[in-house]
Amino acid sequence: MANRPQPRFPEPHTEPFWEGAQQGELRYQRCDSAGCESDVVFYPRQHCPACGGNDLSWHVSKGEGSVYTFSVVRQNRMPGFIDLGAYSVAYVDLDEGFRMMSSVVGVDDPTTDIAIGQRVRVDFEKQDEGDYPIPVFRPI
Amino acid sequence: MAQERQAAIVGIHEYPLRVAPGVSAMNIKVDSIRAALDDAGLKWSDVDAIYDAQDGEAGGGLQLAAYLGLRPTILDTTQVGGSSYEFHAAHAMRDIAAGKCNVAVLSYGSTSASNRVAIGTGGRVTPAPNWAANMEMPYGATLIANYAMVKQRHMHEYGTTDEQFAGISVATRHHAMRNPEAVKAMTDLQFVGVNEITPRDVLDSRVVADPLHLLECCMISDGGGALIIASADVARGCRKPPVWLIGAGEATKYRENGGDITTSAGAQSGPIAFAEAGVAPDEIDIAMIYDSFTITVAVCLEDLGFCPKGEIGPYVEGGRLAFDSGEGPALNTDGGGLSSNHPGMRGIFLLLEGARQLRGESTSQVPGARLAVAHGNGGLLGGTHTGGTVILAKD
Repeated sequence: MANRPQPRFPEPHTEPFWEGAQQGELRYQRCDSAGCESDVVFYPRQHCPACGGNDLSWHVSKGEGSVYTFSVVRQNRMPGFIDLGAYSVAYVDLDEGFRMMSSVVGVDDPTTDIAIGQRVRVDFEKQDEGDYPIPVFRPI
Repeated sequence: MAQERQAAIVGIHEYPLRVAPGVSAMNIKVDSIRAALDDAGLKWSDVDAIYDAQDGEAGGGLQLAAYLGLRPTILDTTQVGGSSYEFHAAHAMRDIAAGKCNVAVLSYGSTSASNRVAIGTGGRVTPAPNWAANMEMPYGATLIANYAMVKQRHMHEYGTTDEQFAGISVATRHHAMRNPEAVKAMTDLQFVGVNEITPRDVLDSRVVADPLHLLECCMISDGGGALIIASADVARGCRKPPVWLIGAGEATKYRENGGDITTSAGAQSGPIAFAEAGVAPDEIDIAMIYDSFTITVAVCLEDLGFCPKGEIGPYVEGGRLAFDSGEGPALNTDGGGLSSNHPGMRGIFLLLEGARQLRGESTSQVPGARLAVAHGNGGLLGGTHTGGTVILAKD
């Protein structure tokens, strides 16, 4: 059914994120350094891009957010996508304040049924092969 | 602020073919360097600085010096995607002003068309596990989809229409039809309809990644070129009038939580370049803007200050970007990446055509053109990218 490329390891930055995905958790980081004004840290990193510190903690998102922007890909010859037909790629703004690349799935026609500002919720899409389900989003 | 005129483009060459089977990228670079030196009236051994984006089969930079048989005192291998050449020009300008070198060569060669490289629609495969790939590879975001997401947001936020974006494709095709090398490019690459186009044609072309249509996307060609940048002393003895580098700016931008995807690195690099040059956008005759896609031009013209953010739609309506509109600025008068030449990293062609215009050698010549801007955008407009802005002035 779904055959998206899997994350590859060893890769220390993103390993906790993907362990979370295996447990149905959408994880993100916050900086705990005293005096740092940063809010959330995402993509996963081993330092805070606002202060350079390495005192980061992992948190679990509620998994709800809004579509910031999107595209519907009509042409991609990569394995895993060549048979999908038109599919969406989106940047989703999670309510906790981080923006992630993902896909909005579960609509009849991605060319007409996705909109900027649309409310969406994370779903962990099981893959045919590989150990990691992929976080995608469905309209709420 | 007074313009410092210490470095000038003195020699240029654009490789004439866009489909060149059996030719290596290194051949294209060497042929172009030889021709650009000849254009300047300089010798192979005059070169004392190499700026290289690490393209070509041999691997660029260190390998290029060895391949050419030169021993430069400056070797700059900045690779920041399609804007590498604007960065190179900025560095050459700086190095020449500092007295570190006198004759700098920039070159580019690529065989993307003959090698069938799917730049915009292919997979972005990385050799080793890394954080960026792990977070993005599962979603199949092609390069075109990345730029398309910027267009989608621009349309949403500012009400910019497909017809307005199409005006950018129409203007560049108008210029391409006057450039025999661009016409040959479109013919050799088997474009459907090597002719002037209308906004309707653009909207009727197939969607590659919503909301970008095929005629809003650059071609994938072979090609390359070279340019020679020299000190004022050397420039005075060259064959052609110098085209001065009077300002340059560099910047990088990336996606941030809560950030504005419709603002590019040009918003940072542009003001730096214009301030150094002591000129304003409304004085610019020729706008050589990296047209990987219509959205790239739209965002970069706004960010460079040609119009306020979000107002590119009304700004381009009425055809002002055509070289013969009488309004200006004239956009990509060679035909651009959309209709003349895009082997992967177009930045060098922006400088080449800017120089041609200020010499009076363009096939879509703007009478009396005095000032040009070359603005390259490298990487992904909706992700991590660079902006390099160079202001050029007629002697």
